[in-house]
Amino acid sequence: MKAVRIVTGTALPLDRADVDTDQIIPSDWLKRVERTGFEKGLFSEWRDDRDFVLNQEQYAAANILVAGINFGTGSSREHAVWAIQQYGFEAVISPRFADIFRNNCTKNGLVPVTVSAEFNAALMRAVLEDPDLEITIDVERLTVEVPAIGLETSFPLASGTQQRFLEGLDDIGLTMRHLDEIEAYETKRPAWIPTS
Amino acid sequence: MSEPKTLSEKIWDRHVVSAGTDGEGDLLYVDLHLVHEVTSPQAFDGLRISGRKVRRPDLTVATEDHNVPTADIDKPIADEISRLQVETLRRNTSEFGVVNYPMGHAKQGIVHVIGPEQGLTQPGMTIVCGDSHTATHGAFGAIAFGIGTSEVEHVLATQTLLQARPGTMAITVDGELADGVTAKDVILAIIGRIGTGGGIGKIIEYRGEVIRSLTMEGRMTVCNMSIEGGAKAGLIAPDDTTFSYLEGREKSPVGAAWESALDDWRRLPSDPEAAFDEYVTLDGNEIAAQVSWGTNPAQVMPLHGAIPTPDSFDDPAARDSAARALQYMGLVGGTPMREVPVDTVFIGSCTNSRIEDLRDAANVAAGRRVASGVRTLVVPGSGQVKEQAESEGLDKIFTAAGFDWREPGCSMCLAMNPDKLQPAERAASTSNRNFEGRQGRGGRTHLVSPAVAAATAIAGTFASPADLE
Repeated sequence: MKAVRIVTGTALPLDRADVDTDQIIPSDWLKRVERTGFEKGLFSEWRDDRDFVLNQEQYAAANILVAGINFGTGSSREHAVWAIQQYGFEAVISPRFADIFRNNCTKNGLVPVTVSAEFNAALMRAVLEDPDLEITIDVERLTVEVPAIGLETSFPLASGTQQRFLEGLDDIGLTMRHLDEIEAYETKRPAWIPTS
Repeated sequence: MSEPKTLSEKIWDRHVVSAGTDGEGDLLYVDLHLVHEVTSPQAFDGLRISGRKVRRPDLTVATEDHNVPTADIDKPIADEISRLQVETLRRNTSEFGVVNYPMGHAKQGIVHVIGPEQGLTQPGMTIVCGDSHTATHGAFGAIAFGIGTSEVEHVLATQTLLQARPGTMAITVDGELADGVTAKDVILAIIGRIGTGGGIGKIIEYRGEVIRSLTMEGRMTVCNMSIEGGAKAGLIAPDDTTFSYLEGREKSPVGAAWESALDDWRRLPSDPEAAFDEYVTLDGNEIAAQVSWGTNPAQVMPLHGAIPTPDSFDDPAARDSAARALQYMGLVGGTPMREVPVDTVFIGSCTNSRIEDLRDAANVAAGRRVASGVRTLVVPGSGQVKEQAESEGLDKIFTAAGFDWREPGCSMCLAMNPDKLQPAERAASTSNRNFEGRQGRGGRTHLVSPAVAAATAIAGTFASPADLE
C-alpha cells in the first residue's frame, strides 16, 4: 500500500448514523473480480437522489469524508473501502467505526479517524456551513486540525498500524518474518483439529 | 492457580503465534479458513502477483453460495458477471489446491451452514471467512469472525492474522421463552437492546438458561447475528448439546481422539471468577416474537405492537434515523404491525436455513395455503439440509401449501442472484439485514423468525403461528 503521512483538504459531510457497507457499495458491484473501478458504485443508490451530498457541486473536491456514528457496519466487503478510496477520499472521520471496515481501511491506506461525538458534531456543522474549510489529518502526530475555526483533536491508531501507514508496508511481508514461529506453532496443534 | 479467563480469552491465548506489544495486535493462528466466490478473487490475484502459495490448503474450504441461482442449477448461470465470479473461484481453487464444493454438489451450500454440518466447526477453534456472518460458528465455542479481502489474502498466504485483542461482553438471557418465541427473536431483542454499535471491539459470550436450552441450530442463529450488534464475534460455551451434535459427523474426531478432544473442550468454558468488560442481561420471559420495522437490525419491535413514531425517540439522531427509515419502508408510525401486508416471504439465509428452521416453518405451513398474491421462497442452507428436508417430506408440505421450494444458496438475503425484491416490494424475511436495498433496490425488508415468516405467508399480513388458530 501507498504510504500516508498527511491528508490535507476539504470534507464532504455525510450527516447520517449507521451507514452500512451495503449503502457504501450495493451488492451488485460485488460480482466484479477486479480490485479497481468501484468509484461509480460508491453510494450508488443514494446518488439517485439529486440532492444527495455526493451530488453537490460545492463538495466535489472533497478528499475527506465526515460521517455519523457506526460508520461501515454490516457486510465485511472490502469493496466499500476500495469504492471510497477510488472515488477520491483519503480519510474518513466518524465517532465510531465498525471493526471489519476499520481493519479494511488499514490494509488499504484509507485513514480511519475516530473522534469524539462532540468534535464530530462541531466539524459536521462547520463543513455544512463552509464547504471550503481546510482540514489537516496528520498520521505521524495523530491529530486532526481545522485551523480556520480553531478545532483540534487527536485520534487513536495502534503504533504498528500507524507505522504501516507511514511506511506503506505490506502486511504479508511483515508476517513472513515470523515464519519460524508459525512453523513452531504448527507442530504443537492438537491432532484432532479437522482438515479439509 | 492461573489467572481466571473467559472462554474467548482462552481460545485467543491458545492461538497466539507471536504476541503483539504496545497496543499492536497479536499474530493469531487460523484453524479453518472458509472461502466463497465474492470476497476471494482479488485475494487469489494478490497471491499470484507476489508469487505466493496457499500455506495450508488442508485448512481451507471453499464453496459457491452468494451468486448461485436457486432454480435451474443444471444450466449455466445466466448472469454473465455472476458466472465469471463463480468460474474464477473454480479456477483459483483448482490452481491453488483448495477444496471447493460447487453449485449442485451434495456438500455445497451457504458457507456457514456447510462448516458445522460437516463437523469442520469444533470448539476451541479459530475460524475466519471473508464474510461478516462467520460469527455463526461461535455457537460451538469457537472464535469465528469475518474479514476483508486483504485479510483473506493474508490468511491464504500465512494461515495467520494480525488482530487487536478484542474486549469481552457477557450477554445473559435467563428465564424461559414463551411458546412461539425462538432463537431469532432472542437475538433481535438483544440487538434492539445494545444497538448496531453496542458490540464494536468486543467478543460477546451469550449465556444464561435460555441460551443453554437452545439447540445447536438455535445457537447458530444467535451467534450469526452478533455482527448486527457490531460485535467482532459471538460465542457460546460448548456443552453436552454441542458434543452430541458433533459426535459422528464426518470431520469430527473419533475413538481416542474424540475422548482427548472432549477432555479439552470441557476445559474451555469461562472460569467462574473471570470478569467481562461489560455485562448485559435480558429476561427471557419478557421476550416476544420480534419484527424489524426500520432499516437497521436494531430497529425492532414486538410483533403484537404498533410501529413507533419518530417522536417516541428522545435522542435526536435516533429520531432522524426513525423518520428516514419509516419513509423508506413506506410505514406510518402507530400502525399495528399485524395490519401490514407483505408481498414476499423469504425463508433462508445463514441465519435461518437449517433443518430446524425448515421444520418450524413447515409445521406452520402444514395443511394451510399461502395467501393469494404472496410470493414465497424457501431456500435450504445446503445440499445436505435440502436432502434431509426432502427425506422428512418437508418439501411436500411446503409445495402443497403453495410455497416455492428452491435449491441451496444465499439467495434473497443479499440478492446477488436472481432472487430480488422489486422497488417498494415488502418482504418478511428470515435473513439478517434490513438495510436499504439489501434484498433488491428499493425493497423493504422486515426481519422475522421462520415461524413468523411462514405464518405471515399464510395470513398475508405479519402474523404469529398463534394468530392463525
